[in-house]
Amino acid sequence: MVIFSVYVVNKAGGLIYQYDNYVPRAEAEKTFSYPLDLVLKHHDEKVVVSFGQRDGIKVGHAVLSINGIDVMGKSTADGKDILEYLKDPSNYPVSIRFGRARLSSNEKLMLASMFHSLFAIGSQLSPEPGSSGIEMLETDVFKLHCFQTLTGIKFIVLADPRQASIDALLRKIYEIYADFALKNPFYSLEMPIRCELFDQNLKSALEIAEKAGNFGAGS
Amino acid sequence: MTVHNLYIFDRNGKCLYYNEWNRKKQAGISKEEEYKLMYGMLFSIRSFVSKMSPLDSKEGFQSFQTSRYRLHYFETPSGLKFVMNTDLSVSNARDALQHIYSNLYVENIVKNPTCILGNSLDSDLFSTRLDTFIRALPYYNPRTT
Repeated sequence: MVIFSVYVVNKAGGLIYQYDNYVPRAEAEKTFSYPLDLVLKHHDEKVVVSFGQRDGIKVGHAVLSINGIDVMGKSTADGKDILEYLKDPSNYPVSIRFGRARLSSNEKLMLASMFHSLFAIGSQLSPEPGSSGIEMLETDVFKLHCFQTLTGIKFIVLADPRQASIDALLRKIYEIYADFALKNPFYSLEMPIRCELFDQNLKSALEIAEKAGNFGAGS
Repeated sequence: MTVHNLYIFDRNGKCLYYNEWNRKKQAGISKEEEYKLMYGMLFSIRSFVSKMSPLDSKEGFQSFQTSRYRLHYFETPSGLKFVMNTDLSVSNARDALQHIYSNLYVENIVKNPTCILGNSLDSDLFSTRLDTFIRALPYYNPRTT
């Protein structure tokens, strides 16, 4: 059982805390000779596979590194465009590592605000009166659990679909937030949480949740 | 234990079919607006989920729940989207949605020469059979209140 990541969103929809607890490595490295038998394209400032799924390289995977050197967005480490670089036969054979592109901090901010609006729409489209927003969103590979406090702060946890007692974890995170962020005199409300004790306690809460799945009374 | 409503959207976001059974609250906007809002929300959830997902997913988004209802989502490879809102006691309605697609939509719409694909589903046979099917679901049990 794993917990993938934790997000804290303030009442305005701004991301004030994010922690990646576990990032699965779905990567594939392969050496290619000219011509490249995959079709690559630019997408969201990255180079992604658009056709030619094989050997663990899937459509949608981004180019992570070329010949062992990490790429930066859509250009190689020395600033050349990746697509141009891979068109040149003299650069072959070339070893390319593909994988799911990790989210940049900008993307995380955007996704957090996006969830904030989805949460509100979910409650507006309710067929029953008095509905909250999205509390749990299920996909085949992960479940997203969201807990909104009375003051409008949202705690979001992404976990394995089989992970139990996330509700207890969300309340524990709220408690940690109240104890170590709100009671910290240097913390200003609605602003990003940069408190060492908050980090430490959150990490240990996640560990406990992954192992046992409950916090016991008064923990 | 109840079914609130059902939406069917085509791949372009047009609402082909809508019906409601036990719906207590309207969204407070016109039906057309509501369809657009629903489709827009699903479209955003799909893109949200594909970006947020830590692993490669096959099916993607399946359902979400709030404190009062659960939304079940099923999408065919051709982009047809089936959305059913039920109460929280229904944990999985995928089979029902799959059945609506393969046994009702395909049989009564796709195989019906007078139904033009991409138009609203106004076939009476389809609506009656769908209504019978929904009312026969084990979790369809309109509350007496």
